[in-house]
Order: sequence, then C-alpha cells, then structure tokens
Amino acid sequence: MTHGAAPILELHDVHTQFPIHNAWGRRVGWLRAVDGVSLSVARGEILGVVGESGCGKTTLGKTIAGIHRAGAGKIRFEGNEIGDLTANEGRALRRNLQYCYQDPGASLDPHWKIGRALEEPLVIHTSMSRTERHARVREVLAAVGLPEGHLDLYPHEISGGQQRRIGLARILMLRPSLVVLDEPTSGLDVSVQATVLRLFLELRERFDLTYLFISHDLGVVRLVSQRIAVMYLGKVMECGQTAQVFASPVHPYTQSLLAAVPVVGGRRVTETFLLEGEPPNPGSLPTGCRFRTRCPRAEARCATEEPALRVLADGRQAACHFAEL
Amino acid sequence: MQAELLSVRDLSVSFATEGGVARVLDAVSLTLRAGEIMGLVGESGCGKTTLARSILGALPPNAQVRGTALSFAGQDLLTLDPRVVADRVRGRAITFVPQDPFSAFNPLFTVGDQVTELLRWKSPDRRPGEYFYPRARRRADRGRALAMLRAVHLADPPRLLTKYPHELSGGQRQRVMIAMALLPEPKLVIADEPTTALDVTIQAQILKLLRTLANEHGASVLFTTHDLGTAWEICDRVTVMYAGQTLETAPIEAFVRRPMVPYTRLLLESLPSRNAALQGIPGDVPSLVSPPSGCRFHPRCPQASDACRAEHPAVSEQSAGHYVRCHHPQLTAVEAAAV
Amino acid sequence: MSALRRLMRDRSAMLGLAIIVALVAVAVFATPLATFPQDVTTYHPPNRLLPPGPKFWFGTDRMGGDIYSRLLFGARITILIAVVATSVAVLIGVPVGLVAGYYTNRVSDLLMRVSDVFLAVPQIVLAIAIAQTLGPAIQNVILALSVTYWPFWARLVYAETRSLRNEVFIEAAVALGASPLRVMALHVLPSIASSVIVRTTIGMGGTILVAAALGFLGLGPPPPTPEWGRMIAESRAFLPQAWWYAAAPGIAILLVVMGFNLLGDGLRDVLDPRLRRGGDAG
Repeated sequence: MTHGAAPILELHDVHTQFPIHNAWGRRVGWLRAVDGVSLSVARGEILGVVGESGCGKTTLGKTIAGIHRAGAGKIRFEGNEIGDLTANEGRALRRNLQYCYQDPGASLDPHWKIGRALEEPLVIHTSMSRTERHARVREVLAAVGLPEGHLDLYPHEISGGQQRRIGLARILMLRPSLVVLDEPTSGLDVSVQATVLRLFLELRERFDLTYLFISHDLGVVRLVSQRIAVMYLGKVMECGQTAQVFASPVHPYTQSLLAAVPVVGGRRVTETFLLEGEPPNPGSLPTGCRFRTRCPRAEARCATEEPALRVLADGRQAACHFAEL
Repeated sequence: MQAELLSVRDLSVSFATEGGVARVLDAVSLTLRAGEIMGLVGESGCGKTTLARSILGALPPNAQVRGTALSFAGQDLLTLDPRVVADRVRGRAITFVPQDPFSAFNPLFTVGDQVTELLRWKSPDRRPGEYFYPRARRRADRGRALAMLRAVHLADPPRLLTKYPHELSGGQRQRVMIAMALLPEPKLVIADEPTTALDVTIQAQILKLLRTLANEHGASVLFTTHDLGTAWEICDRVTVMYAGQTLETAPIEAFVRRPMVPYTRLLLESLPSRNAALQGIPGDVPSLVSPPSGCRFHPRCPQASDACRAEHPAVSEQSAGHYVRCHHPQLTAVEAAAV
Repeated sequence: MSALRRLMRDRSAMLGLAIIVALVAVAVFATPLATFPQDVTTYHPPNRLLPPGPKFWFGTDRMGGDIYSRLLFGARITILIAVVATSVAVLIGVPVGLVAGYYTNRVSDLLMRVSDVFLAVPQIVLAIAIAQTLGPAIQNVILALSVTYWPFWARLVYAETRSLRNEVFIEAAVALGASPLRVMALHVLPSIASSVIVRTTIGMGGTILVAAALGFLGLGPPPPTPEWGRMIAESRAFLPQAWWYAAAPGIAILLVVMGFNLLGDGLRDVLDPRLRRGGDAG
C-alpha cells in the first residue's frame, strides 16, 4: 500500500498552546497541549496516535487540520508548508486534508437536507457544474453503502449509524489524500465497532487514503494501524511499528499503558498493575521528563534532562533515557 | 454456597415516551449472592441501567413497573412502604456509584459538605427517624469519613474535604464516590459503568480499589458495563442482557471460555483482541417501542428458529451455576483469547 | 410541516393570529368598512362627543368625527409603523448580532458595547428624545423606534450565535473551508431563525405600544391623522363622561398587542424546543 519515498505528512517540533485565564480573564499561563511533536506519515499507511485524556492527540489532529493554529514548528503536507498559514491561505493547500469528527453525524447541519450537505464541499472548493456535483455525490454515497433516497432526508430522519456514514461521505467528496480520524469508535458498541472499522478500511482501499487514527482505545488501534505513536502530556513517548510496540514496548509509559488494558480471558490487570498516581496538571509540567512523577524507573537525571525522541536499532523511536531493546 | 441477597423475578419496566410505550425491561430475572461481584453486561439499549435503577428504586415517575418479586435481604422492595425504602434501603443498604462522577456532585458545595450531608442521613450510627445531628455522632462520622477517604487512596483527606468538585480530577471524584457508597455500610453497591469516563490507567486503579474494598466490607456489587474487559477484571459472575432481556448468567470463567448463547459468543468474537477479521454483529439494536417477538435477538441470530420467534424461553440451568435463556444453547468451547 | 399543525392546535396562538389577520383586513378594507370615511379629514362640530349609538357605533370625538371610522383608518398607521420600524430594527440588529457573535475580536466587542449603550437607556425615553428633536411626523416615529429597538435583536442573535459557534456542525463547516460569510448566512442564520421569528412577532406588539405612547405624548403624526395613541391623548380632557373616546382606541391597542404576544408565545412553544433538537424526536 505504501508507494513513493516522500511522506505525505511531516511534523517537525510542532507546538500548540492555549492561554489559561483566571477568573478575571487575565492570562495566567499557557496550556501546552502539543509540546514539540515530530512525526511523519507515509502515503497510504494508517498511523495510530494513542494516549489518555490530556495527552494532546486531539489537539494535534485539529492543528494538522487547521482548526487550531500551531504556535511553532513546521507542518509539511504533500510537500507544502502549511503550519504557519492562516485559515484563508491554507484552504487551497488543505483541500486534500480532511478532519473527521468523533461523531461524523454531528458535523451535519440539522437544517440542511443531506444532499445539500454533501454538495457543500464541492460548492466551496470546486467549480463543478451541478450535474458533475450530483454525479460525484451519487458515487460517494454508493461507496459508503447508502441509498440515493437519503439525499432528500434531514439528518434526524436517519439512524445514527447512517448519519455517521453521511458524515464520512462528506469528507470524501473532495477526494482527500489524508484523513484525520478523531476517536472514530468512541462510544460505539463493540459489535458496531467492527463494522465501522471495516468501512474505514474499504474506503481506504477504494479512495487511496492515508489515515491518522487518533484513539484512546488501544485494542482498536492495534487492529488497524501499521505504525503507532504514543503520546503523553503533549509529547510523543514512543513511535514505531504497531506489532513491535505492542509486543515489546520500550518506554515505561507505553509499558504501563499496555499493562493497564484488560484482556478478556487473559491476565488480570487489577492483580498485576502497578502505576499509581495521576497525570500532573498540564498547566504546570514537571521539569525534565514529564513522565518522571509516575515512572517506576525515574532517576535524578530524569528531573534535569528532558529525553529527546531518539531512534533505536529496530527503527522505532522512544523518548526515554533508559529505552533499550 | 453463599446466601441469596437479591432476587429479581420477572421484572418488567416500561416507559411512556412520545413515540409510544417503550418496553425497556422484559421479564428480567436475576439473583445475587452475598459477598459476590456480579457483572451486568450489555450494549446500548439493553436495559442494564434501568435494571440497576429499578433495584435502587430510582426510576422516573413515568415508569411502569410490574414484577413477581424484587426481594432484597428477605424483603420485597416492590411492596415495601416507599418511605421505608427511601430512608433505610436507598443510599443505606443499597448504594450507588454513578458513571459520571462530576454531575453526581452538587457543584456549589464542597466535597466535605456533601459527605456530611450523606452521613447525616445515612450513617450506620443514625437511629431511624432521627432528625437532628448530635455533635457526638458528627464527630464519629467525620472520623469515619476520613478513614474511608484514606482507604480509597486519596491524599490528605482533611484538605480534600474543603475542596469543590471541580477542583478534583476524574479519578479523585470517582474515589470519593466509592467512599461515599461504602460509608453507610451497605449490603449492596450498584456501580453503573463507574470507569467508562476514566482513562485506562486510572480505570485499573479504580477497579482494583472497588474489588478490594467491597470484599473488605462484605458488600456485594452489581457492576454494569458495556466493556467485557472491565467485567473480566473484577466480576465473579456475569449476566448478559440484550434489548431488555437477560440471556445468560454464568461464573466469569465459564462465561468467557464456554459461552452458550449465540449472542454471547458473537459478542466475544467481536472483541478487538480476537477480531482480526473485523466481524461485527450484522443488523441494529431493535426499537424498544416495537421490539421483536419472543427472544428479541432472533432477527440477528444465526441460530434463530420458529421457537425463538414465538417466546423468550424461561431460565434453564445448563451446568453448575450456568443459566441460559435460549432455545439453542451451544456447548462447544470458544477459542482462547490472544493474550 | 408538523410544526405548523401543532401551532394550529394552540388555541391562544390561533386567537392571536385571528386578531392580527383582522387588523390587516381592517386596514386594507378600511374604506368600504368605515361608515363615515370622510371623517378622517373633515370636521362636524355639531356632532361632537356623542355616545355610541346606531349611527356612530363607537361614538364621536371632540371634532365630531366618527370614532369607529377613524379607528379603522388608524389601523393603517399602526400597521405601517409596526412593520416598517420592526423590519428596520431586524435588518440592523440581526447582522450586527451575527458579526459580533461570530467573531471574538475588538470589532465584536465594539458592536456589543454600542448596543449596550442603547439598551441602557429606556427605550421610551430615547424614542421621545429623538421624536422630540425631529418633530411630529410618522417617519420620525418610525426612525425613533428602529433606532431604539435594534439592540434587542442584536443581543438575542449575539447570544445565540455565540453558543452556536461551539456546535460541531459549525466547526465542521469551518474546517471544510467555508468562508465566515457563508457560515453565518447559511448555517448560523437558519439555526437561529426560530428565535428571531418569535422575538420579531412579540417585538411588533411592543413597537405598537411604544408608537402609541409617542402618539399619546403628541410626538406622533400630527392631527388630523387618526393615530390611536393621539386619540387617547385627546380624550383626556373629556373623561370620564366621554368614556367611549378613550375606550375604543385603548381596547384596539390592547387587542392588537395581545394578539402579537399570543401568536409569538405560540410560535415559541412550537419552534424553540423542536428546532433545537433538529426536528421531531426520533
């Protein structure tokens, strides 16, 4: 599935921060939601981005999609610099980069008919004639497995699952090359998850898509992504081939994360799990390595020197002073 | 064999909604023994939260409840005087840990105020009908509260009591909820998806805490969840529900390794750890206003027959402690989970 | 649309609608309906201050004019003022509210501060000031009303737009690349339309009331224009004997304002909760 050498998306030391205001509206600090992330995504692959709440994965996805503005760093998409462009300037270059909400059905305007909502991306970005637009709409609608009759309905007249498919179809109207999927299976029943994942994979085949799959559900990410990046408090802790990372994680946080996930029929987490404490306040991060307050292997060095994301022998990256294979 | 603590027999609950009468629970039967942790597993719309609320007696006013018996510690909660239920059962003998700890707190009062309020009415030291809060009891209760907050691994309990709910993290709030659920020394704690809103590393801590403390205090737990992983972690027995009907009850090992009901098998097969082929269960959860006849899973069941369409079978014991409500229970074992 | 059907079942809303329709009909057909259409401009002093009877249904005023007929023609004035003033207020207030609510910059702050200033002064006082300065004429009444009334719509639209900005479908439209104008006009506006409609209906009632107040104070269209408020003002000297002189226009104003309020309430019941959920509960 991967072709060509140049990655479709490259992030270099991207920072996104939000001001923290006190009760009087005065800015008292910065929330460094994305605090120096460097990644690359190859064309056609699925990169999973995982982490717990507050790790910055959603903010990262929205920054890439242009919903938030990166404070620093470079974002290179299909060879073009898009990191420091305004919304207007970036619109043309970002056409091929679409963002899919956790509930794609919620991205539909409840007052618009579905057909009109599907045409909207084409109206905004292309100069296609009405017949051409209708043809494209019909094509994508069929690709997500829905009947043409839906075009005249309002979102509240179809089921949640169908709304989800329409939301997806809307994103695919512009034939994007990269889609950022933000928690696509959150809140779904287990039996429905599989169907949705299968739809994503089929669409990827059909439309030649690349996915950035953001999720807190490690089981799901393991199923579909080829590579995985683990984030904690705004930084990438470990990044590598999914199979390798799951089989033998090298970063203490990844190890804790994997150890915390229950496995039905397997070892019991509640008997073996050791990580105590809670993540520190993201508004005031610890010095040095941000995981050191909970890390079982923390030493004096971890408080003074923040570990860089370095490459290990098997090609994966880890941000830890002690990561060994 | 432990004593039976809770027995639900043929409980049916319906709600009047705009679209019609929704039959949320259909002749549900369940037994819970003293000291055990029973998982109530099911997907959205299966009725597990409604069942939990029915036991607690906390259903909305438009609910219609019919049942043969809902007996708890020897008393039938359906026929007991509602005032006695409100005073002595709810919040005292049966307590509740909610799914979202944030909205369960009153944002305008400190945690300490709310714990005090709880103990004022539900403390084990309170005499029935007592209205005033004598100082001696107040002191004893405070000691009790601080001890419990330490038991749930919260740092600096006296300081924590002065904080407001929004100043605590999700994990801390849920720990306080668990503490508040155990303070009245209940016989039964109903935990409604208590870790759904939490991160997985915090979830592991909370689950461990819940099991340890329940065992220490001799309380049974009815644990509802849609996540089989959490059920696997702490439940002794599991009951699976679908669209308002109970389908299978079994000890956890048997449930996971030798499920007999087709729905349970399909559910286990769609877990990500066993589902490389991405098989889901085709079809949709039915409407509760006009549900399918008989066994409500029959439209999606690969084993469905006419008998299934006709009636939802009664409980039958297939092997020790393993009960099914199915016309076609299968006896072959399931493949082991990929660890 | 089922919303319309639900509205039709609301008796008080239908009563309100009936009153408004009657008002419009009366205004349009004033000439054939009036018994003494000429009394709008001519005087018959011998007939002055006659009580209601078979010839003069609502009695006569101090100049001998038939109150009933003058009332009918006054309806035209009332409608003209209500419709034009409200329309202008809406046309100013809604775009201001949209822009102020959508953006979060100094312009938006400025717009809201300006509308706050207008809102801080009681509407009637401001309207009096404007009408007094410009002189008694119908266009000045309309101007005074529009200028003082637009902030109500601006504030309403501002609040709704602000809360709507966080909705997923708005953020999604922005992410899709829709320009702010497109988002405001095609996405935000239809979503807040129901609130605006409700407010406008009730606003008409308020406009009529303030217009009558201005007329009462002598700041409205000059005599012999049969403006209802002025008629009440004229009647003051002759009360309580010539009770019909104040009662007729007073009751007319009461009925019309009540009509708009009833319809507006009915519209709010029907439009607001439903449209928030995006249609009938599924």
